[in-house]
Amino acid sequence: MITVRVQTEDFDAGAELALLEKGGAGAVASFTGLVRADDGIEAMSLEHYPGMTEAALLALADNAMTRWPLSAVTVIHRVGRLTAGARIVFVGAASLHRAAALEACGFLIDRLKTDAPFWKQEHHAEGSRWVEAKADDDTAADRWR
Amino acid sequence: MLDILYFAWVRECVGKASEQIDRPAGVSTALDLANWLAARGDGYAEAFVDPSRLRCAVDQQIAPFSQDISGAREVAFFPPVTGG
Repeated sequence: MITVRVQTEDFDAGAELALLEKGGAGAVASFTGLVRADDGIEAMSLEHYPGMTEAALLALADNAMTRWPLSAVTVIHRVGRLTAGARIVFVGAASLHRAAALEACGFLIDRLKTDAPFWKQEHHAEGSRWVEAKADDDTAADRWR
Repeated sequence: MLDILYFAWVRECVGKASEQIDRPAGVSTALDLANWLAARGDGYAEAFVDPSRLRCAVDQQIAPFSQDISGAREVAFFPPVTGG
């Protein structure tokens, strides 16, 4: 069962985990990404490519379900203006055993960061700047290729 | 007709999120289109001066700049993605 959502509203990670647990799988793993509250960031804006973004996340979820024995995958990514400390992204996976669930989560977030069309802009008191893609993210994604 | 979409700082440089154009003669690849747009000057020149700083999608699929766009309906230009 694949759940993929791109939304402006906040999500409840606990509720999403409870849904993943409902399937009866023995192992549920997840990752939540939040807007950092350091570096003087007041807010962050997330832009996306409507249509292509959802398709890219669905393709990643499909990929994970093919690659690992999973019973469920959830990917939720927020867009719009988010304040410091706000939740940005949730990925979760359910499987019979822990290795698949944990690895699938690593795959989903690492590949989302290089493959999914979102763009972050940080807002500071002095002004705004577009976040630049990092070489470390490419390295992390490469380990799953 | 071809839809062109711009995102993030590319959108800010160009000054619009999208536009529709008639297929220009002599434009076969995404790189041809980027160069054709750059020739408009101003914000377009600034956005497309160095295509290696950009990525593109053709009909909502990530594509290399060498991709043939003669049959495409939508081409998007944007910086490397930074989600997650």
